Amino acid sequence: MTAIQSTLALPELGRRTAVPGLARLYALETWYEFLKLLRQPHYIGGVVGFPIMFYLLFGLSLGRGGSGPKASEYLLASYSVFGVVTAALFAFGVGVSTERASGWMLLKQAAPLPTPVYLAAKVVTCMLFGGVIVALLALVGVTAGGVRFTGAEWAGLFASVMLGCIPFCLFGLALGYVIPPAGAPGLVNLLNLPLAFAGGLWLPHEILPRPIQAIAPFVPQHHLGRLALSAVGLVPDAAAPHVAALAVAAVAGFVCAALAYRRAAR
Amino acid sequence: MRTPVAELVSVSHRYGKVDALTDVTLALHAGQVTALLGPNGAGKTTAVSLLTGLQRPTSGEARLFGSDPRTMPARRRMGVMLQIARVPETLTVREHLHLFSAYYPAPLPLSVVLALSGLESVADRRFGALSGGQKQRALFALAICGNPELLFLDEPTVGMDVESRRRFWQTVRELASSGRAVLLTTHYLEEADSLANRILVINKGKVIADGRPESIKEAAADRQVICRTRLSVAQLRELPGVTRVDAQGDGVRLMTTTAEATARALLTLDEAASGLEVRSAGLEEAFLALTSADDTRAVA
Repeated sequence: MTAIQSTLALPELGRRTAVPGLARLYALETWYEFLKLLRQPHYIGGVVGFPIMFYLLFGLSLGRGGSGPKASEYLLASYSVFGVVTAALFAFGVGVSTERASGWMLLKQAAPLPTPVYLAAKVVTCMLFGGVIVALLALVGVTAGGVRFTGAEWAGLFASVMLGCIPFCLFGLALGYVIPPAGAPGLVNLLNLPLAFAGGLWLPHEILPRPIQAIAPFVPQHHLGRLALSAVGLVPDAAAPHVAALAVAAVAGFVCAALAYRRAAR
Repeated sequence: MRTPVAELVSVSHRYGKVDALTDVTLALHAGQVTALLGPNGAGKTTAVSLLTGLQRPTSGEARLFGSDPRTMPARRRMGVMLQIARVPETLTVREHLHLFSAYYPAPLPLSVVLALSGLESVADRRFGALSGGQKQRALFALAICGNPELLFLDEPTVGMDVESRRRFWQTVRELASSGRAVLLTTHYLEEADSLANRILVINKGKVIADGRPESIKEAAADRQVICRTRLSVAQLRELPGVTRVDAQGDGVRLMTTTAEATARALLTLDEAASGLEVRSAGLEEAFLALTSADDTRAVA
């Protein structure tokens, strides 16, 4: 490294009234959030690797149960939901917890970065990962699992998975403000895995034990799972009640996040 | 007097029942390096938090460019290097700077930021792969990339080797000489002395000295004479150079500006004095010596 030259030209200081372009700011913040997570092997492994692996193990091997839907189609939808929920809970729960503890969030707060940009970048990143998960599962399902959905069904699946991550982002944000970074991945999984099971993302809701079926309506994962399955025509559910339930979950998640933020700010 | 770029006016701040700052007033001016010097826990980081709008003072007022520090226009004109910040490790130095520069209306060119922070050779290395000193310099780069008029540096040279530190100081001097205001917190007197136009010594949340580096250094150069003696406290206070007398074990500890003269005079008056020891006071004792006067002693 060379010594710093004292002749190094520093631009003039003066009143600068220009404001940085907000659209560019949203785009860059999102791109680097995406790149940051893409390069974390444990994140990609948990969020993308797990659903693909499960799909290869179960989705392609179980075939068709009697007159029921093909496992390759059913599990494509429910593992997509599992993937995007994991993406949201980890990006926010573990991500925010870590960034708070490391002081990175404080540095962002001191910088002229509007808080909505910081949060929106994380949400959009989760949506992008949701899209990636569906696309990869689709690639496997169509080429090796005989999955045949119509264009509208694919569109419905992508839309429900990508938009459906929002309440989980908000719950994850709330978690990120209350859990310590050291135990964060374990704690998030402790919530994520049982709720995925109860929400019917591992095994179809219909074959779960009765008591678990009874609590499923209170598990947001259940509603997103049913929404994704109905989008591809595998369950006869109407979309509206599940969308409404997810909207309620989003409001609840927002309230939790706001309370957690206030508690942390004290 | 010019309008300060940032100031704390009679600021007190409490965390629960702990007084972190008590009635602190300070002003930062363009072209000046101000050092906040004090031991750990003195309230330096709290002062930075209040000036940068990360926290609101319990009482008093913090102003940044004449307005509330939490407003966006004020923030666009400052750069901050925090003590604890670790940035996401999977992005490279160049990527971090690309993003952070986008937050500001008129950022410095990347090449200038890399040169000023001495990071040219590791620009494409991920933050997680940098050495401790390089990480500190990367955080410094994030602080200056927006071409700020006011720079906050909270314990900036922790983890830097001597060479890096010297170069870092040189950069800070250049930034100040080009008209920027700098607030530096440190617990190294040497660092404050080398960089600052003005030093505020802070201890237990209070400003205990405020002056030019020479005056502060003089105060910190005090030494202590320790011994067992039959002289009274009043007699000891009369000895040449003595600024403070404390009981220590079965003897006394004298803070003095001229240790040799003090010791000579003491032995003349009390030939039986024993256990005589002369030590340099160090900064910690200098802080205590300063507190022994009134709450604030102007040494300028």
